[in-house]
Amino acid sequence: MFRTLALSAVAAFGFATAGIAAGAYDTHIEDFDFSFEGPFGTYDQNQLQRGLQVYTEVCSACHGLKFVPYRSLSEDGGVGMPEDQVRAYAAQFEVFDEEIDDFRPAAPADHFGESGLDNAPDLSLMAKARAGFHGPYGLGINQLFKGIGGPEYIASLLTGYTGEEKEEAGVVLYENTAFPGGWIAMGPPLEDELVEYADGHANDLHHLAEDVSAFLMWTAEPKMMARKQAGFVGVLFLTILSVLLYLTNKRIWAPVKGKKTA
Amino acid sequence: MGGIPHDHYEPKAGWEKGLAKRLPIVGLMYDTLMIPTPKNLNWMWIWGIVLTFVLVLQIVTGIVLVMHYTPHVDYAFSSVEHIMRNVNGGYMLRYLHQNGASLFFVAVYAHIFRGLYYGSYKAPREITWIIGMLIYLLMMGTAFMGYVLPWGQMSFWGATVITGLFGAIPFIGEALQTWLLGGPAVDNATLNRFFSLHYLLPFVILGLVIVHIWAFHTTGNNNPTGVEVRRTSKEEAEKDTLPFWPYFVMKDLFALAVIMAVFFAIVGFMPNYLGHPDNYIEANALATPAHIVPEWYFLPFYAILRAFTDEVWVVQIASFVTGGIIDAKFFGVIAMFGAIAVMALAPWLDTSSVRSARYRPMLKWWFALLVVDFFVLMWVGAMPAEEPYNTISLIASTYWFAYFLVILPLLGVIEKPLARPATIEEDFNAHKAAKAGSGEAAATPAE
Repeated sequence: MFRTLALSAVAAFGFATAGIAAGAYDTHIEDFDFSFEGPFGTYDQNQLQRGLQVYTEVCSACHGLKFVPYRSLSEDGGVGMPEDQVRAYAAQFEVFDEEIDDFRPAAPADHFGESGLDNAPDLSLMAKARAGFHGPYGLGINQLFKGIGGPEYIASLLTGYTGEEKEEAGVVLYENTAFPGGWIAMGPPLEDELVEYADGHANDLHHLAEDVSAFLMWTAEPKMMARKQAGFVGVLFLTILSVLLYLTNKRIWAPVKGKKTA
Repeated sequence: MGGIPHDHYEPKAGWEKGLAKRLPIVGLMYDTLMIPTPKNLNWMWIWGIVLTFVLVLQIVTGIVLVMHYTPHVDYAFSSVEHIMRNVNGGYMLRYLHQNGASLFFVAVYAHIFRGLYYGSYKAPREITWIIGMLIYLLMMGTAFMGYVLPWGQMSFWGATVITGLFGAIPFIGEALQTWLLGGPAVDNATLNRFFSLHYLLPFVILGLVIVHIWAFHTTGNNNPTGVEVRRTSKEEAEKDTLPFWPYFVMKDLFALAVIMAVFFAIVGFMPNYLGHPDNYIEANALATPAHIVPEWYFLPFYAILRAFTDEVWVVQIASFVTGGIIDAKFFGVIAMFGAIAVMALAPWLDTSSVRSARYRPMLKWWFALLVVDFFVLMWVGAMPAEEPYNTISLIASTYWFAYFLVILPLLGVIEKPLARPATIEEDFNAHKAAKAGSGEAAATPAE
């Protein structure tokens, strides 16, 4: 009986509060294969740099990354840009400095800008603020195998335009198979070969979407690789400790249980 | 302690005697650590140590988090991001604290259901049980207020919905809600007082934990048989018990290490699995999330809160009898708190003279159903308030109350308990023989 209960307690972890109801519109989230999935998954530095390029050339026109400092671009386990490149990258942008009461070129210590459009959400945490997968029956158990699905949601959204448009109350809405409700105010931002990669990497819509989604996962969780490493070390040492404590416990109880000690 | 005869601390060296005369702290520690513990305790008796450990973990990580957090509506969300991005090891601290809350509730539910199955709440342990229930209530309050602090969308709207429950109380509700929030709506004043209380309550819990331990150290532990330790002589008591150190300390530490390994895997590899994505969106009073859901550990009681709608005849009768003072909303609030209250009253609702469900053939099944019921409630609590979930949550809520208010009192009368072992020693030796028997048969087939 209580073995069952103990298992149930572990299973309680399965009952995550998987969120956003799909609504009447049947949305579809494609399960993209990202390099950072799973306990040992890591960011692909080249992919993050390509994603940064897509963000800079396309998304940043409307969307901000206000929680991300430029300096984090040079941190380990992320985009990994050399510091002089980060300085040059930041200098392209202007920030308002209260001390001089004027605009000046951004420095690595400054943050990416805020969203330029009122209805364009900040993208710093977007990859953690959306769940791509909820099933089965809203239990969220498939997140155990597929991940929560934030970057998958973003990539599916970017590739999910059907080409249909409609106008509602003076606003043009675009049909999108990933967006809850099916109609989104953002026009299709990406298309095949919209961004030219310096290394000649494939730049069709699918790849652009995938790269920028990976980049946004990094902006949402810049310490992911350090965290997984800490988790791995923790699990490893606790497992060793468990074995030692198991043997200690067994030895201590052996005389009580009338067993021979080894 | 516990009326169980055992050896007490004897100060030997001169300074020990001197200290004992002035402050008997060594004796207190000795008696606490060497307390006679029933030797047949099974693996469900490890959760107390897990809970104590998690309480300390939460307090330690929490105190460091506070050093970097800013309790102000304009800065709370970004200060959490500051912790995640700039503070050394901040991402680990915060994920440990966030998932620590989940581990806390996994452990407390296991601990409570252990008590319900083995009748640990029964005389003479009612006070331990009641204090445990108080700790559980404070834990829920602390967890709820802690969830508000990151100031995400679910923090804000969760706080709005839950404090709205107090507004459902007739006559004084609205004034009470305003007083609790420090204003007409959830705002900076609310965030500040929740922060203050979130820091205070864990220390109240710590105090109550000490009283909880004091209480069951006075009565002695319950055990899987529910049969009391023999107290007639020290020799007999020693046949039923073993000192807590080293036997149970080592056993508990082993279990704790295994649980912490699983916990670290969750923190390291999937720290947001148990959280809600909407809480990574900064609070916005103008945009209501599509689906407001509390954290998983509140879901069973949230389901009970929502189960009693206008269409339920009990609610209609209550509304009619009270002239509309008790409406569906207030009824739901009463039901939610009532669900915990009936659990707290278990010592007086259970009429059986037998403690452990191991010897209660009928209760065993009703209890199993209660566990299933709990998970069903947890599931429907996360679902939108529509059919078929409404009906399921109503049935599941009804069973929760029926278990405590009908089944526990009735079974004591109609159930025929099985024979219990006369002593704990007998039970322990029977288990030992069963295990050793199978082991030896396999090892020495030639004999």
